[in-house]
Amino acid sequence: MFKARNWEFLRDRSAFAWNILFPILVIVGFNLLFSDDRQILYKVGIIGPAKKTIPADEAQLNSFEKMRHIEFIPFQSEDQALYNLLHHRIDLLINQSKGAYWTSKTSPKGYIAERLLKSSALNPNVQLRKETVRGVEIPYIEWLFPGILGMNMMFSALFGVGYVVVTYRKNGVLKRMSVTPLRPWEFITSQILSRMFLLLLTTGIVFVGCKLMYGFTVRGSYLSLLLVLSLGGFSMISLALVVASRSSSEEFAGGILNLITWPMMFLSEVWFSLEGAEPWVQKAAQIFPLTQMIDASRKIMNDGASLHDVQSNLIILSLMSLLFVIAGSLLFKWQKS
Amino acid sequence: MEPILEVKDLKKYFPEVKAVDGISFSIEPGICFGLLGPNGAGKTTAIEVIEGILRPTSGEIFYKGKRRGSSFKNEVGIQFQNTELPQFLSIKETLQTFRNLYDRKADIDYLISTCRLEEILDRDNRKISGGQKQRLLLAMALANDPELIFLDEPTTGLDPQARRHLWEIVRQIKSIKKTMVLTTHYMEEAEILCDWIGIIDNGKIIAMGTPQGLLSEHCGGVTISIRVDLNEDVLKNFPCQWFRMQDRIEIQTVSPNECLYRLVELGVDLSTMNVRNQNLEDLFLKLTGHELRA
Repeated sequence: MFKARNWEFLRDRSAFAWNILFPILVIVGFNLLFSDDRQILYKVGIIGPAKKTIPADEAQLNSFEKMRHIEFIPFQSEDQALYNLLHHRIDLLINQSKGAYWTSKTSPKGYIAERLLKSSALNPNVQLRKETVRGVEIPYIEWLFPGILGMNMMFSALFGVGYVVVTYRKNGVLKRMSVTPLRPWEFITSQILSRMFLLLLTTGIVFVGCKLMYGFTVRGSYLSLLLVLSLGGFSMISLALVVASRSSSEEFAGGILNLITWPMMFLSEVWFSLEGAEPWVQKAAQIFPLTQMIDASRKIMNDGASLHDVQSNLIILSLMSLLFVIAGSLLFKWQKS
Repeated sequence: MEPILEVKDLKKYFPEVKAVDGISFSIEPGICFGLLGPNGAGKTTAIEVIEGILRPTSGEIFYKGKRRGSSFKNEVGIQFQNTELPQFLSIKETLQTFRNLYDRKADIDYLISTCRLEEILDRDNRKISGGQKQRLLLAMALANDPELIFLDEPTTGLDPQARRHLWEIVRQIKSIKKTMVLTTHYMEEAEILCDWIGIIDNGKIIAMGTPQGLLSEHCGGVTISIRVDLNEDVLKNFPCQWFRMQDRIEIQTVSPNECLYRLVELGVDLSTMNVRNQNLEDLFLKLTGHELRA
């Protein structure tokens, strides 16, 4: 059995190649994005120009800036920097000229960053002073929630549709359907509608459950949020159908789905913001439907944005969906080749 | 009567094999046509080309006198040799799902009773036996009340009892004048169920006719089977046609007395001898030199 299973695996060339290729791609990707000097644990906003008037502050900052794995992001205006702090895009904000700093009350990373800043002071009694945050602070859980919701939808859409269709092709269920009057576009539509229904139902249950548990506020319209989530879900289901359009190897399809989901999980601001990341990384992240969906959801839930405010996200999601549906339909094959 | 299905010089070549190599036949409405041949003879490829799953290399296929059009899928029923069923659905849900894919729908109660699914209707697809699965697949093939039904080795792998159950169902379907195309490598199945048989080997039809017609034309004699390993030289000038099988010698003859007399003369041990009337299996052996079930 040991030998037989090994032969089986090695002869499924697409799966074999994928098992070698995928870890290499992950390592290369992580190295590119999070190489030693890019392994950012905390993001600290710095408002310049640097005019360190108090020597004790300067010494504290110098010591703080020498810490590794902290990224210092320059801001021109205090208002803009505070907006980013309130939206958890940075963990701590320091205004050098004022000798002051701000941190979010609900951010766990903000708490640690503040402790690190304090520990950098040579004299614990003379250091940067903490100021109260102006404006409405978005509780960390409210910032995180759209990301978690989006990630859950992404996995459900991509694996729930992609994997199932590939399995259907592999075991001949699709072949059986191909000899009925069912047309490819009808099959694809049924898959999309079914998964949309299940996606919205499960997301709705998670949403209501979390709202009851944490009591967070949705500042925008529920209808707008529903539209954004529906379009985002539709787009990712369509993407799954492109992946599943031809393959009959579950291992290969699983690999491709992982290749798509992993970058989305790390670059679509599910867990952390890309603030301060390389511009090309920020731009590349825009090609992911998850990025567009989470961005629009956060704007609606956290800032009370209207549909008009998120129209660019909606347009991009619509275009992506159209592209994926057309590609999925054109590439679709009932049977394994 | 106009044939419901007509196949002319059909060929299907793969890079390394001529799976179907110029077969032709026509089927009248209401009959059961059988393609009988061993595994690898080209039966499934032929039927899948006719069903529209595979593209032919060349040849023509006519359904009701015309090339197969968009209505073909709506009017035929198909049962594959091996099909997995959607998981987590019950028998009834599976049947309803497939039935809903057609414009014309057979009565669901008729499907259930004909294919004897009453007692397993609510059972999960994953928890049914091979015979029950074949009956469900047959019901799915009948879901659109088809005029023409393709059954690809419907009883392969079933135990004798399950096979007989399926034969009874097929006979019941035959009795309402449905046309069927059935592939099988079981001679008995072809003899019992088929009105017309094409014997296929290496992608070619080597004999065709009614089972009785083929038998009376080619198999008028008896087959003597002896479980013994004889030297070629012993049977060098033997007066009857003989074949060396895996564990026995088979002799086909229309003169059993003469044959037996000669065997006694040669001193062959006849203690394991069996004499029987010839059947389609013997015909296949006679035409190809190898066994039907090889």
